[in-house]
Amino acid sequence: MDQQALKELLYKMADDQLIMGHRNSEWTGFGPLLEEDIAFSSMAQDKIGHSLAMYNMLQELGEQDPDTVAFTRNANQFHNCQLTELPNGEYDFSLIRHFLFDTAEAIRFEMLTQSSYEPLAQVAAKIRGELRYHTMHAQTWIKQLGSATEESISRLQKSLEYALPFSLGIFERSPFEDKLIADRIFEGEAALEKKWKAKVEELIGQTQLRLPSWESLTPVVGGREGKHTEHLQPLLDEMSEVFKIDPTAEW
Amino acid sequence: MNKVVTIAQVKEWLEDVKDPEIPVLSLTDMGVITNIQLGDTVKIEMTPTFVGCPAIDYMKQDIIETLEKRGLKAEVEVNFKKSWSSDLISEKGKKALKQFGLAPPPHTKIFKDLEILENATCPRCNGANTELKNPFGPTLCRAIFYCHTCKEAFEQFKPL
Repeated sequence: MDQQALKELLYKMADDQLIMGHRNSEWTGFGPLLEEDIAFSSMAQDKIGHSLAMYNMLQELGEQDPDTVAFTRNANQFHNCQLTELPNGEYDFSLIRHFLFDTAEAIRFEMLTQSSYEPLAQVAAKIRGELRYHTMHAQTWIKQLGSATEESISRLQKSLEYALPFSLGIFERSPFEDKLIADRIFEGEAALEKKWKAKVEELIGQTQLRLPSWESLTPVVGGREGKHTEHLQPLLDEMSEVFKIDPTAEW
Repeated sequence: MNKVVTIAQVKEWLEDVKDPEIPVLSLTDMGVITNIQLGDTVKIEMTPTFVGCPAIDYMKQDIIETLEKRGLKAEVEVNFKKSWSSDLISEKGKKALKQFGLAPPPHTKIFKDLEILENATCPRCNGANTELKNPFGPTLCRAIFYCHTCKEAFEQFKPL
């Protein structure tokens, strides 16, 4: 099994979850209604828990401990896709991003339950179950607001068009695709992207939102190799602010 | 060296260790203890209900301290070898949940696609005319419902 390929896969998934979790947590206290406040806060806790499981696995493979990895790297050392680091903006954007990201996340972890890397397959079975609640939440709101009023539809439409090129960056190919597939660690980003597009088409098709043709979109890539928007570093500074006061503190 | 004990005895002692978020439910009733191996040090394996469960370290420590009081040295390993499901909650545990005011989780077989999560009986009045208000609640393992019969909100331990 190619360790470098496996680590690259684990890092990008963990970083996606950590950054998405942090953005979700920014809704705590600001949700448009109490239920949504609770939902985004709970999903934040889930996501950060998922990232911890991935960082723990990386530590088993010889990487540094999860806190060091999460709190001491700079933006250019993070492998999350740029979609996850974009500011929350208004609720419509957060909802669309949550929908696009978690649809991919649910399929990814479904696929990973078949991974030849046993620890990953085991935790994927667990994460898959939890993600059902995330996709259920996203779908409920997309269906409801995607067919509700002129304002809700036009807001979601605008956010969808903005988020889509970034969401295609989720599937940025890694230099190890062939190895991951050959070693049966993961079926690969191309296979995931194909399944994701079909699911997004199906669900958007149940609303009054319009999906532009995939060919008309230019994927925003670079996140997987450490290229990020100006939004990531301030997020990391805030996330690690308390940790950095005393990195040796016992919690 | 540990005195001679049986696995059944260890299980019984572990009845004293409760989920800190649902203090009526013991870890054994919850089904999170996945293996017990006797020896000079009792080796216990457990699996979290949710990957991000913040109570896991607390429960781990509680197990060690509880068995220490019984004169046993214990080690606890948290892993995902056997994945937890709400189906593992014992019948006794489900009754305890209901008394605590939490609707017990329905069997996971009935919600393949999770579209039919709206399947909860009110733990207070046993009314079936209930509505899912939020798949997320005050802790990761709870969802919020509303009962149209007694007109009260209630929580359900999520099927997972």
